[in-house]
Amino acid sequence: LAALPAGALRAAEHADVEAAIAAFAGGAPVKEGGVEVEAPEIAENGNTVPISVAAEGAEAILILAAGNPNPDVATFHFGKLAVPAASTRIRLAGTQDVIAVAKFADGSFGRAARTVKVTIGGCGG
Amino acid sequence: MAKIKPRVKAPKKAAVGEIIEIKTLISHPMESGQRKDSKTGERIPRKIINKFVATFEGEEVVSADLHPAVSANPYIRFEMKVPGPGELRFAWTDDDGSVYETSSKIAIA
Repeated sequence: LAALPAGALRAAEHADVEAAIAAFAGGAPVKEGGVEVEAPEIAENGNTVPISVAAEGAEAILILAAGNPNPDVATFHFGKLAVPAASTRIRLAGTQDVIAVAKFADGSFGRAARTVKVTIGGCGG
Repeated sequence: MAKIKPRVKAPKKAAVGEIIEIKTLISHPMESGQRKDSKTGERIPRKIINKFVATFEGEEVVSADLHPAVSANPYIRFEMKVPGPGELRFAWTDDDGSVYETSSKIAIA
């Protein structure tokens, strides 16, 4: 992997993320916006980065970390009693984009991303 | 291994229609399957909480599919609208099939 040029690595990251989004959306178009991602601009410790997602009218929100070995982080599903928002703590291997994709009750999808700078990566050992 | 203990912070009383905050935490290493043993160099097998479900009187409020990128001692915070008195039940499913459960009752103020 180290032998790959940086551009190829970025493209590989991108392909993984887009595949995960397409699987979540079942091939439906995904618009920009409609979902909020809150995360610190700089995270000193990539082992535990607090994030929050929220999307008015969402049934589910998918969270991806574009630069992790595996981009999947979590998918939240919201019932009728829930406010469509959740917070958790995640691992980030390095500086990267955290992406949220919301599935709305009308079958539409929206996405947003936030870049988190990570000082110490969270996939070591 | 450290004892796995679920914890929940939810109000004991609420008004009908009130939006309440629920914080959950379970002590669990969330072994990602990416780490290697520093002595043997062998990969430590993955063992995580892969599913969280919160129900109120049997109705699903929030559920989550979790992956190894969720931090150790997974923390989940969410909000719900209280329809009336009842019991919130929480369940976390481990990769080994174990299910850890706890509950919290809500009375109407």
